[in-house]
Order: sequence, then structure tokens, then C-alpha cells
Amino acid sequence: MIRVILMLAFFIFCSTSGEIALTYGMKMVGEPENFRPRALVRFLYRALRNGWVWTAMPLLAGSFYSLLVLLSWAPLSVVIPATAFNYVVGTLGAKYILNEQVSRKRWMGVAMVCVGVALVLING
Amino acid sequence: MTSDRRIRYKTLLMVLLMVVSANLGDLMLKRGMVQIGAVQMSPSGLWHALMSTVHNGTIWLGIFFLIGFTLCYMTAVSWADYSYVMPAGAFGYALQTLLAVLIFHEAVSGRRWFGVALIVVGVLLVGQTHPVTTNPKTVSS
Repeated sequence: MIRVILMLAFFIFCSTSGEIALTYGMKMVGEPENFRPRALVRFLYRALRNGWVWTAMPLLAGSFYSLLVLLSWAPLSVVIPATAFNYVVGTLGAKYILNEQVSRKRWMGVAMVCVGVALVLING
Repeated sequence: MTSDRRIRYKTLLMVLLMVVSANLGDLMLKRGMVQIGAVQMSPSGLWHALMSTVHNGTIWLGIFFLIGFTLCYMTAVSWADYSYVMPAGAFGYALQTLLAVLIFHEAVSGRRWFGVALIVVGVLLVGQTHPVTTNPKTVSS
């Protein structure tokens, strides 16, 4: 049980910091002009030249491999909803690092997700 | 169509693509890891697990779908809030639990279903907020 919790903590750290770095980088890159193949290739090229996108990659790789290990230890319907703890940590990161406006309604949504996750973990 | 509605529609489309590819990816990974068996936490055990995952076709299919998920995710956050896209993507958990029951025949209790239902309602609340609250141009300065 302890090894599952430790691996889960490692997974949440890697995935949240990776996604925040990725979002920061993608905001610099800007959205694709349209969804035609040429514009999408240009968009991808711009993204691949961004340092923050590359910073995110090893972190997301770490979260991916720790998820693989978790999936081999516990049932899918425990592992996947349990990882929803990312939503609270990620929302705090969005507010304080990315300076997004997190309204009361958005926080309520996140809180409900959190309670839902707690219920899933109690059952696990 | 107003630009506000356009932003909502294209964000929802990206989130939908994210959910479908993440679900398919996770299912393939689960299937692959079941074929490999429990990972032993020793250097040789981890090495063996790494080699087994590299040589497993189902794991590669899972990776393919998760790359698709990452590309959709990157596209979505290039205009939309992280605190919008991330919880909106959690909509897939309802589908995931359903697939876990239907395909892997995992037992899911009533209380756990209630947890999943709360997650879904939370995601719907987040979905009602505006997807963009920052000016992308201010980030790079």
C-alpha cells in the first residue's frame, strides 16, 4: 500500500510540473492559424523549438513510466481515478504559476472532483 | 458563429479527442501490463519490466494513442486555460470505469460509482466557466 502511495506522489509531481511547463510553453507558441495539415505541421515545428516544451518532456516521461508501474500494481478503476489528485495540485499551479483566473465555479468543480477521488480511494 | 462560441466548440472538440485517445491508450497499456505481469522493485526487475514493455506490441499501440492525446492536449492549451482543459479531460473517467467493468470485468462498488459521478459533475461545472482567462501574448513577455 505504501509503495503505491509513494509511486502515486511521484506520478503527481512529474505529471503536474510537466503539464504546467508544457502549457507555459504552448502559450508562447500560440494556437495554430487553422487546422489544415500545413498549418498543423508549422504549429508542431514551432512547439518543438520551445524550451519549455522540452523541459516538460522528461517530466511527462517520468509520469508515464510511473503510471505503467502503478497499472501493474493495482486495478485500473483504482489507479486512474486516484490520479485525479492532479486536478487540485494542477489548479493551484494554474492559479499561482500560470496566473489563470480560477473562478468559484471552477474551484467547486475541482473540489467535487477531489471528493469523488477520495471516495474512490476509500473504496480501494 | 461568435468567436466566444468558436473557442468553446474547438476546445470541446480537442477535449473529446483527448478523452478518446487517452482512454484507448490507457486500455492498451493495461492490457500490455497484464501480459507482462507485476513489476518487481529491484534493479533487475525494473530492467526486465523495461525490456518487456519495449518488446510488447500492445504497449506500443497504447503509446501511439497517448502521443495522439499529448498532441491534442498541446493544441488545446495553446489557447485554453490549463485549469479548464485538465479537469474537462477528466470526463473520460466515467467512460474509463465503464470500460474497466465491461472489458476487464473489475468489480466496482456503488460508493466508487458515486465518486465517479461526483467527478463527472465537477467536470461539468468547470466546463461552464470560460475556457480562456489569460492573454497568451502576456506569457512570453
